Amino acid sequence: MGFLDSLLLLIVTVLKVLLIIVPLLLTVAYLTYAERKVIGAIQVRKGPNRVGWHGLLQPIADVLKLLTKEVLVPTNSHRFLFLIAPILSLAPAFAAWAVIPFSDTAVLADVNAGLLYVLALTSLGVYGVIVAGWASNSKYAFLGAMRSAAQIVAYEIAMGFALVGVLMVSGSLNLGDIVRAQEGNIFHWFWLPLFPLFIVYFISGVAETNRAPFDVAEGESEIVAGFHVDYSGMAFALFFLAEYANMIMIAALAVIMFLGGWLSPIPFIPDGMGWFFAKTAFMLFFFLWFRATFPRYRYDQIMRLGWKVFIPVTILWLTVEAVAILLEIEPWFAIRDAI
Amino acid sequence: MDFKLFVFWIFSLVLIGAAVGVITTRNPVQAALFLVLAFFNSAIIWMLLEAEFLSITLVLVYVGAVMVLFLFVVMMLDINLSPLREGFSRYLPLGALIVGAIVVQMVFLLRAKSFSAEKFPVPVPRGADYNNTRELGMAMYTDYLFQFEVAAVILLVAIIAAIALTMRRRPDTKYQRPSEQVQVTKEDRLRIVSMDSEGGAK
Repeated sequence: MGFLDSLLLLIVTVLKVLLIIVPLLLTVAYLTYAERKVIGAIQVRKGPNRVGWHGLLQPIADVLKLLTKEVLVPTNSHRFLFLIAPILSLAPAFAAWAVIPFSDTAVLADVNAGLLYVLALTSLGVYGVIVAGWASNSKYAFLGAMRSAAQIVAYEIAMGFALVGVLMVSGSLNLGDIVRAQEGNIFHWFWLPLFPLFIVYFISGVAETNRAPFDVAEGESEIVAGFHVDYSGMAFALFFLAEYANMIMIAALAVIMFLGGWLSPIPFIPDGMGWFFAKTAFMLFFFLWFRATFPRYRYDQIMRLGWKVFIPVTILWLTVEAVAILLEIEPWFAIRDAI
Repeated sequence: MDFKLFVFWIFSLVLIGAAVGVITTRNPVQAALFLVLAFFNSAIIWMLLEAEFLSITLVLVYVGAVMVLFLFVVMMLDINLSPLREGFSRYLPLGALIVGAIVVQMVFLLRAKSFSAEKFPVPVPRGADYNNTRELGMAMYTDYLFQFEVAAVILLVAIIAAIALTMRRRPDTKYQRPSEQVQVTKEDRLRIVSMDSEGGAK
C-alpha cells in the first residue's frame, strides 16, 4: 500500500472517529444534565430549569462558562505534566470506543482481541489522575492520586476476572462475537448464567470510574476535590469529560457483555442499534441512582470489598463455570456451543 | 516511503528517547513516567509486527498495572538523591566494565549464525481475520502446557514468598471484623435500666 492510499485510509478513519466522538461528547453533555435532573427528582427538587426549556440548554451554558475561564497553573507545579494530565485521562476514555459494536455491522475496528483492548485502555485512565495529583504539587491532590491508584489496582483484578467468565462462555475476545453468543431470548443473555460476575463487574466499573460511592479520589468533604483541586477552566472540564465518557463506556461494556448488546429482548421487535442505546441509558441510570442513594465508602472498606469480597466471589464463580462447561451443563455449555 | 515504515520510525525514535530519559532524568517519578512511555511505544512496535495479543497484554499488564504500582511506591518514597550519587566516580570503572561485557555479549549473540536472516525468514503476513490470540492459546495450552504450569507454580511461590516476607503482625493494631459487626443484636449492645425519675414528681 502506497503512502497516499494509507493517507486516504487515515482520513476516512478520522471521519468515522468523528462520527463516534461528536455524539459521545453530546451524550456526555446531556448526561450531566440528566444527572442533575435525576438527583434533583430523587431529592424532590427541580434541578436546572433556568437556561432554555426545562433547563435543556444548561450543559451548553456550562461548557461556555468553562471555556472562557482562565486555566491556572500553580507556581510550584510541574508545568508540562500538569497540562498533559487531563489529556492523559481523556484520550484512553475516547480511544476505547474504537472497538465497541453499536450493532451487528456498525463497529469502527472489529478486532479479534477487542475485550483485551478495552481492558488495557480503561486501565490507562488512572495515569491522568496520578500525574495530575503529582504534578499539582499539593498535598490534597497527591492524596487523591494515591487513593485512586490503590483503588484502580484493587478493582481491576476483580473486573478482569469477571470478564474472564464472559470469554469462557462466549469463547471469543471479539466484542461482536460475544454479543452474537447471547442470541436467543432475554434469558440467553449472560446476565443470568453469569449473575455474580455481572454484579461484580458493574460495581467494579463504578469504582473504576471514581464515581460515588467510590469517589474517595475526589472526596470533597475530606480532601477538597482530590486530584483536580488545582485545575480550573477547560483543564478541569477535560477531567469531567473523561469521567463521564468512562461512565458511558462502562455502561456500554456491561450491555455488550451481559445484556446482549444490540439484541432485542422482545421476540417480535427486530434487533438494532436502538436497543444498544436504550440498554446503555438504563445502565447509566444506575450510576446516577447510586450517587443519589449511597454515602461514600470509607477507604479501608473499599479495599476490603475489592480484595476480600469481589476477588473470591469471581474466582468461585469461575470454578463453578469451568466445571459446568466441562460437564456440558446448560446454559453455560450451550452458550459456548452456539459459536 | 511506506506509511508503516514511517510510523515505525516515529515510534522507535520516541521509544529510544524515552529509554534515554529513564536513565538521565534526576526525578524518580519522571523516570517512571518515561518508562511508561517506553513500554507504550514498544507495544505499538509489537503491534506493527502483527503481534496484537502480546502488544495489548504489554499495555494491560505493564502499563496498566505494574507501572501504576511502581509509581505509587516511587511517589510515596522520599528518595534523597545526593547519597546515591556520592560513589559515582568510584563505581564508574566497574560499571563501565559490566556495560562493556554486556555489549560484547550482545554483539556476539546477535551476529551469531543462529540469529541470521536465513534462519529467521520474514514471517508470512496473515490476513486481518487471523486470530493470533487463539493460536497463542493453542500453543500454550497444548504443546507448552508443562512449561506453562511450571511458570504458574513459580509465580505462585513468588507471591506467597513476597507476602510472607512483608507481612508484619502487630498485636496492637485495631481492626474491625465486619462479619461480627453485622451479627450484633440488641442484647449485645443495649441495656435498659428502669429507674425512678428525679425529684418528687410522681
